Amino acid sequence: MSLFLLSLAAFAGAALCCLSLAVLRPTRQRARLANLLGVLGASAGSAVGLWAILSTPFATPLEVTLPFGLPVGACTLSIDPLGRLFLLPVFVLGALTAVKGAFSLAHELTSHNLAVHWFFFLMLLLGMSLVMAANDTVLFLLSWEIMSLAPFFLIDFHDSEKQVRDASWIYLTAAHLGAVFLLALFVLLWQKTGTTTISSPETISIISGFSPELRSLLFVLALLGFGAKAGLAPMHVWLPEAHPAAPSHVSALLSGAMINAGLYGILRVTSILSLRSTPESWWGWTLLVLGLATALTGIFKALAQSNLKRLLAYSSVENMGIMLMGAGVGLIGYTTKNFWMTTFGFAACLYHMLNHAAFKGLLFLGAGEVLHATGTVNMAYLGGLHKKMPLLGLLFAVGAASIASLPPFNGFVSEYLLALALLDAPRLVGSEQQVGVLLSLVGLGVISGFALALYVKAYGIPFLGTPRSGFSRTVHAPTPLSLWPLVLLALLCLLLSLAAARIFPHLAGAVSSSFPPPHTWDVASLLQDATNGLSTICLTSLGLIFLSLLFLLFRSILLRGKKQEVRGTWSCGYQESSPRIQYTDAGFTEPSARFLKTLMGVTATVRLDNDIFPKESHLSVSAPPRLIRLFYTPLFQGIETVCNALKIMQHGKIHIYILYILVTLCVLLIWGVY
Amino acid sequence: MLFDSCLFLLLVSNFLLLATPHIRQMTKYTALQGILLALLLLLFGHTILTVAVLLIKGILLPGLLWHTQKRLPPDSLICPRKLAAFDVVCGMAGLAFAIWLDDRLIVTQELFPPLFLSLGLTTLFCGFILIIGRIKAITHVIGYLVAENGIFLLGMPLMTKGTTWFELALLLDVFVAVFVMGIAINRISDSFASIDVARFRSLRD
Repeated sequence: MSLFLLSLAAFAGAALCCLSLAVLRPTRQRARLANLLGVLGASAGSAVGLWAILSTPFATPLEVTLPFGLPVGACTLSIDPLGRLFLLPVFVLGALTAVKGAFSLAHELTSHNLAVHWFFFLMLLLGMSLVMAANDTVLFLLSWEIMSLAPFFLIDFHDSEKQVRDASWIYLTAAHLGAVFLLALFVLLWQKTGTTTISSPETISIISGFSPELRSLLFVLALLGFGAKAGLAPMHVWLPEAHPAAPSHVSALLSGAMINAGLYGILRVTSILSLRSTPESWWGWTLLVLGLATALTGIFKALAQSNLKRLLAYSSVENMGIMLMGAGVGLIGYTTKNFWMTTFGFAACLYHMLNHAAFKGLLFLGAGEVLHATGTVNMAYLGGLHKKMPLLGLLFAVGAASIASLPPFNGFVSEYLLALALLDAPRLVGSEQQVGVLLSLVGLGVISGFALALYVKAYGIPFLGTPRSGFSRTVHAPTPLSLWPLVLLALLCLLLSLAAARIFPHLAGAVSSSFPPPHTWDVASLLQDATNGLSTICLTSLGLIFLSLLFLLFRSILLRGKKQEVRGTWSCGYQESSPRIQYTDAGFTEPSARFLKTLMGVTATVRLDNDIFPKESHLSVSAPPRLIRLFYTPLFQGIETVCNALKIMQHGKIHIYILYILVTLCVLLIWGVY
Repeated sequence: MLFDSCLFLLLVSNFLLLATPHIRQMTKYTALQGILLALLLLLFGHTILTVAVLLIKGILLPGLLWHTQKRLPPDSLICPRKLAAFDVVCGMAGLAFAIWLDDRLIVTQELFPPLFLSLGLTTLFCGFILIIGRIKAITHVIGYLVAENGIFLLGMPLMTKGTTWFELALLLDVFVAVFVMGIAINRISDSFASIDVARFRSLRD
């Protein structure tokens, strides 16, 4: 545990150094020093933290109470297997995104106060680490607040642009609306248990005595509070605004590690509410249905985007939905005493969380490279980037294949585990439950299919074909040295797939520690079955990789010494092909938009020239944020109207203000008497 | 006997404050309240505080108010008579509420001499009523002083050796507050040619 504390101290120390640099007048030298301090602090802290959680046995919980307490509550840190799993993306992505960030920010030494940026980056890492380890209500809320506030300043990096400023405010509003529910949750928990400790045998035994209504209320508060952070539909609206606005290394960290904190919170609270008492059956169903709705919303909206980073942001919503589906089916299994469903459901959720951190980190960093190289992430202007930046193209392709759940990459393994959990539906009691879970399996199939289409578009349109505009004709290709964080993430995508049989027992261990199985369940036999299945997948994946390499070798042997001719992609036999002959991102989306118009909230505009010899036609697809327009804007306008109506009380008459005090005093006195 | 007379006179002074429309008269009653408070303190046996209260509440603060009034035009020192009648009715309600509370606040029964709590609360309410009911800035200062007298009365039986310093600090606080308000009123009358607080609304954002 001391190593973990050392990692926290590294984050805090480096943050303080950056803060002291931030108050000084920014110069090129100071910016360079801040860049160095930031990346050193983040990577050293992350490396030590990673060592702390990997060097001790995975199942052993670590706990420490720091001697300097808070005014209320205690500085109690505890890392159990669940916490360890959620800390992994924080440290891995923390280090890699910091390195990538340092490379990108080296071009902005004079335009921004980098010390401020690194201060908040390190605070975000500190906040996330503390959130996953805090075992005290007050400490948790403090850490949550640090974690929620820091991204506001990180997203606001290019604050001269109005769109960026709006995005950061939307983020801040969403984060704090969620925090209101969390405050209610933890205050209620504190009031009813009489202690600020979140998870201890005493707290668990008190919570097990709660009435079902109270436990359900706590569950709903957790779902609303943590769901806002996780991007649960319909509270996901901040994600597609914040991620495109933030610098890419920040988007990668937010999407790969920070939104996981929401999922962690939901799992943690559900775990302490279910440890010694059976959870209500509707909790699992709520998670499953919300997860499915979130994933479908995310994927449909993502398909209609032409901004690569916005597409990735919506894809994060989709992936968070898949994770919640895993948690939902796991909880349904736990409620109905179905061990297979419990283990596979929760393990799929946790596995997908790790996978998502790897491939989404890779994709966001890749999108950042595209932005840096071409100056835009609008796919309508890109094309043919693979030829100009082959390594980046390859890495992006690996990320896209992983997230589209294609074997031999990691996305396939977690969705396979989720499908296994859902396939156990026939063992549930009651046909409505069986049909419900099987329908979710159909939903998962739909989501996976559309995800494949999405990433064919996300990779194909910008990277394949020929340049569509001047943006992709002249590119500043990144140096291979600056791409090594992406290479590591791509390797991680492969490793998470090939080592699935070794990783799964740890996930199952984390599930058993948070949702302990009754003694009657045959844990060893299930683990054996699962490991056998996953080993087969690993072997098949290895075979696939080997065959691909063999094919490439065979191809190069066949082509040796022969003259090769290079032709434009999509030329399709035309003598005079032009970039306009290629599929555009709108053209890619339009067929699905035709029959999923309502679900996707897409408007496709087609302008055709109906002459015998048509000159120019135009197709555009847009997905306006319906939820903001139809729900959030009227809601906040209503709140503003009510608040304005309350201005009647703020009339400027001082003596009437004092009357308010007198009335309050009298009411309090009367209340005190009764 | 002397103690009860003091309490009675304090109560009367409260209602006289509410009933009079003349600000000069109100200042005199405030001075009377200060002297009565000092007398009560003497009966409780706090000699140092007696001197301090007599100096600050009995002489210094009313003196300051008197000095301020001299600088103001005479017609600005009279409040509408109708308001004063309404204030007395409110004061009566305050007295009734205080007596009602006195019966019910069980914890304080042994601590306070009979009627002491009611008087303290009534004085506090009267101070508030003066602030709420009158529109001149200077009556706000007087109301603030009267409300503070009520708080002082409530704190008096709780006094032990240690809390003397607390009470002295309270006195200092009131002194500074009134001093600042005195300056503010002077400045307001210089700038706005009126000390009518209703006109402060124009300063609202």
